[in-house]
Amino acid sequence: MNKYNFAFFDEQSKREIRRALLKAVAIPGYQVPFASREMPIARGWGTGGLQVMLAIVGKKDVIKVIDQGSDDSVNAVSIRKFIQQMTGVLETAETSEASIVQSRHRVPEVPLTGEQILILQVPIPEPLRETEQSELRAKRLHAEKEYSGVWLSLFEQIMKYGCTATGADHPTMVHERYVMSPSPIPRYDNRRLNDCAALILFGAGREKKIYALPPYTKVESLAFVDRPFVSESMHGKICRLCGAEGVFLDESVQAAGAGPFYECNDTGYCRQRQSSKSRLDRGEQSGD
Amino acid sequence: MAYVAVKGGEAAIAESIKRLRYERLRERRTIAVKAIRSGLRALVDRVMSEASLYAKELAALAIKQAEGNPEEATFLLRAYRSTLPRKYYSRLTSMGSMFVERRISAAFKDIAGGQLLGASADYTHRLLDFNLEKETSANVRAWLAAFQREQEAEKPSVMPRVELPRVTDILRSEGLLRRMQQDDTAPRDITRQSMTFPAERSERLQTLTRGESGAVVALGYAAIRGYGLAAHPTVAALMVGRVAITIDYPLGACDSDDEALYLGQVRVTEVDAIIPAAKKGQGGKQEIEIRLGYGLCFGQNESKAIAMSVLDYCLEHPIPDSPVHDEEFVLTHIDSVEASGFISHLKLPHYVTFQSELDAARRINRGER
Repeated sequence: MNKYNFAFFDEQSKREIRRALLKAVAIPGYQVPFASREMPIARGWGTGGLQVMLAIVGKKDVIKVIDQGSDDSVNAVSIRKFIQQMTGVLETAETSEASIVQSRHRVPEVPLTGEQILILQVPIPEPLRETEQSELRAKRLHAEKEYSGVWLSLFEQIMKYGCTATGADHPTMVHERYVMSPSPIPRYDNRRLNDCAALILFGAGREKKIYALPPYTKVESLAFVDRPFVSESMHGKICRLCGAEGVFLDESVQAAGAGPFYECNDTGYCRQRQSSKSRLDRGEQSGD
Repeated sequence: MAYVAVKGGEAAIAESIKRLRYERLRERRTIAVKAIRSGLRALVDRVMSEASLYAKELAALAIKQAEGNPEEATFLLRAYRSTLPRKYYSRLTSMGSMFVERRISAAFKDIAGGQLLGASADYTHRLLDFNLEKETSANVRAWLAAFQREQEAEKPSVMPRVELPRVTDILRSEGLLRRMQQDDTAPRDITRQSMTFPAERSERLQTLTRGESGAVVALGYAAIRGYGLAAHPTVAALMVGRVAITIDYPLGACDSDDEALYLGQVRVTEVDAIIPAAKKGQGGKQEIEIRLGYGLCFGQNESKAIAMSVLDYCLEHPIPDSPVHDEEFVLTHIDSVEASGFISHLKLPHYVTFQSELDAARRINRGER
């Protein structure tokens, strides 16, 4: 493996990405174009997040990679393995141990600290894409803070369905300036971007854009005063493994008639809760 | 504090990769990289063009590893390309200096310098040649020896070096094709700086030349069939040949080619397509102007180069509401690595995003607000 540079890229490439990152941090929610190299994993499989990771990872970092909440998902394993091969850094499944977390479509349940960086992989960075296909025109709309299109599409949903019908990727307003795609995280995670202590970086490899939320940035989900923003309903659902409530749960279907069961979507969080629970059951003192 | 070991998917992945290797080897025969390089010339050319990396040896290796899948081979080469620093930009290469192997013009019956057919499948009947099943190295040697004798008997002792006149120059001298201002703006390197819209011509040409062959041909075809210019372009010249690549001496720019460092040569396909268009002449009179579309790509990729020339023309002359004249539509969808990447990402698990959609659907269907 020593045929490759530390963190895969040549230094010029890393510098270019870091410059884009600095600009992104300076203008929260603004999409900064970057050259975006082809990676050994497919475009659309997290190359934006991976490029951001490789541009910032240092030898002392501890990394965690999750895909749809899971550390064990094949794509998370593949990305983590690649980063590990190219850098030799330590890896972990525990959010609190990681200095950099790369994630596809989830914000970890354990609250992030100011010492941590969260990198989110982004498929479609342009929140206006649905109403405006052209990059050029969308850029102009952002510059003029002309967001009627997004508001109208939410309004249309209310007219049609009685409420907004967004799934994941509900648009947000960053620092009262830029409308930003939070990446397809569930709506449950949208509020967790607001005022977050950690630096959050977004990388879209195929679309060649980087954007960022510096720590403690104001992030509001777009909603109307009389039709407030609604998260996914987790009411009355409990994780069958660790008993957690009020967290984002995966629904699994069983044979017909048996009804669904639920487990924590964040597998690292769930495992941690299970092991501390079994320690308590055995009557041991908790570590702290 | 112990770092939690991550397990699970890892073992399954290892087995899947093992299985992939087994599929490549199960027939107990493997194909040598050298054999790919010499015997699969068209595929090597295509992959080098789509990867925008001119390296036959590496392209052949990528094809072997990808079991001949051009999408996968291009992907491998592009990823490798990302690890290489950009040290130099080449000097301008004059296409007039091309060592021409094939040159045809559809615009004129005869052209100064002649029509050179070169190597092409265009004049073959596409009948499966079952003799190739039994081709032996003895056959090959005998055929080559006979071919060489024939060549030597016909070859003049000294080959005169002539610069072939460009067909478009003939049209220019007649005033049919507009003489363009020489444009020496430094091209923007799309691999170092992402393309922004409106794109510069240099960005458009770079994106077209590395486009996926099938995608470029499909869009070029749509353009001439009626979704766009709906005119019949004429190939003024299609040339296949080799051009020398030189760089400035690293310690300073050179004044002449003689001082430049010669790196080697690349085989390219070049196309000048001419397209008639209406223009307003003096006094508002309608006139016909002949315009040019340009295609150039690595290797012998003739359909791609022709389609590129059509698309270059389309993007230079936008028509509202025509997708093939819309640079964002064309340029953001023809890249092999990008298109296949996003299509294949649909295989990744999407249970979080799906559940979020499901939640919205259930809420609405229950009539909740």
